Amino acid sequence: MTMWLAVLAACALAYALKLAGYLVPQHVLDIPWVHRVTPLLPVALLSALIVTQAVLTNEGHLVLDARAAGVGVAVLLLILRAPFLVVVAAAAVTAALVRAFL
Amino acid sequence: MTPDRSPEDRAVIKKSLGVAVATGLYGVTAGALAVAAGLSVLQAMALSLLLFSGGSQFAFFGVIGAGGSPVAAVASSTLLGVRNGFYGLQVSQLLDVHRWARPLAAHLTIDESTAVAVTQVNPRQQRIGFWLTGFGIFVLWNLTTFLGAVAGEALGDPRTYGLDAAAAAAFVGLLWPRLRGRDPLAVAALAVIITVATAPFVPAGVPVLAAVLAALAVGLPRRRTAHQEVAAP
Repeated sequence: MTMWLAVLAACALAYALKLAGYLVPQHVLDIPWVHRVTPLLPVALLSALIVTQAVLTNEGHLVLDARAAGVGVAVLLLILRAPFLVVVAAAAVTAALVRAFL
Repeated sequence: MTPDRSPEDRAVIKKSLGVAVATGLYGVTAGALAVAAGLSVLQAMALSLLLFSGGSQFAFFGVIGAGGSPVAAVASSTLLGVRNGFYGLQVSQLLDVHRWARPLAAHLTIDESTAVAVTQVNPRQQRIGFWLTGFGIFVLWNLTTFLGAVAGEALGDPRTYGLDAAAAAAFVGLLWPRLRGRDPLAVAALAVIITVATAPFVPAGVPVLAAVLAALAVGLPRRRTAHQEVAAP
């Protein structure tokens, strides 16, 4: 039940933000610092999410395991300009293989 | 597609459909990873149908999957969606969207539809690009989310298949194109330090929110290059 509430709240807030761009008068959002910070928000959040998912345990401790190996392969493939799906699939296969054989 | 379309129309249609197919396909990961994090198939579908913004969806179940609270999941998902508001601002100025079409246009306002629209020169192609890319992704994204969620549920323990690493790799893939320039790199480095430093001491999900400080620390100071950073989609 709590999860459904969270899912619907996230959906409602996401839509409110999208709609705000169309309804709010331009000058309200046209503040220089807002324009500088907005493109940097996803960079900060995504970086933090990568660290959380790749090298931290649920208790918040650093660990290098199969996930880190998968992400390493993902970065390598991104440098080689592989498409998104290939990158994600390769990371999964790498982690699965490391777990199966190491 | 009729044969008498102008070359400009054909070019933007081709581009929109290409982007729609490429983006739409990875809805599979949005379904599989949501289920792997403990959401139901229906909840995964609700996110793809109603939230419809890849980064925010991944953030939502990323935080849940890492043991974070639902509140932290909603907060990180919402913060990642702030950029969509600014896309809406750009699109509404560019396309002159009719008042009644705005609620629908808003829902389809995401990275890809905005990017295709703003890279067109003429209003007609901007309009085709926005709507076709948005609709195309919406249909495919929801179809593939469903397939991914059902498949994910049938697979069992997601760790056996490395789906936890796939989640991390998905974030890397979303971050990668945003890392151009000194400011994004500085933000990324700072965010990593903040996350690692705070993670042992605060509940899961909170380090991700704390990392927002990195964006503020780099973005808030007024500098001479400030006006050049506005255009990044």
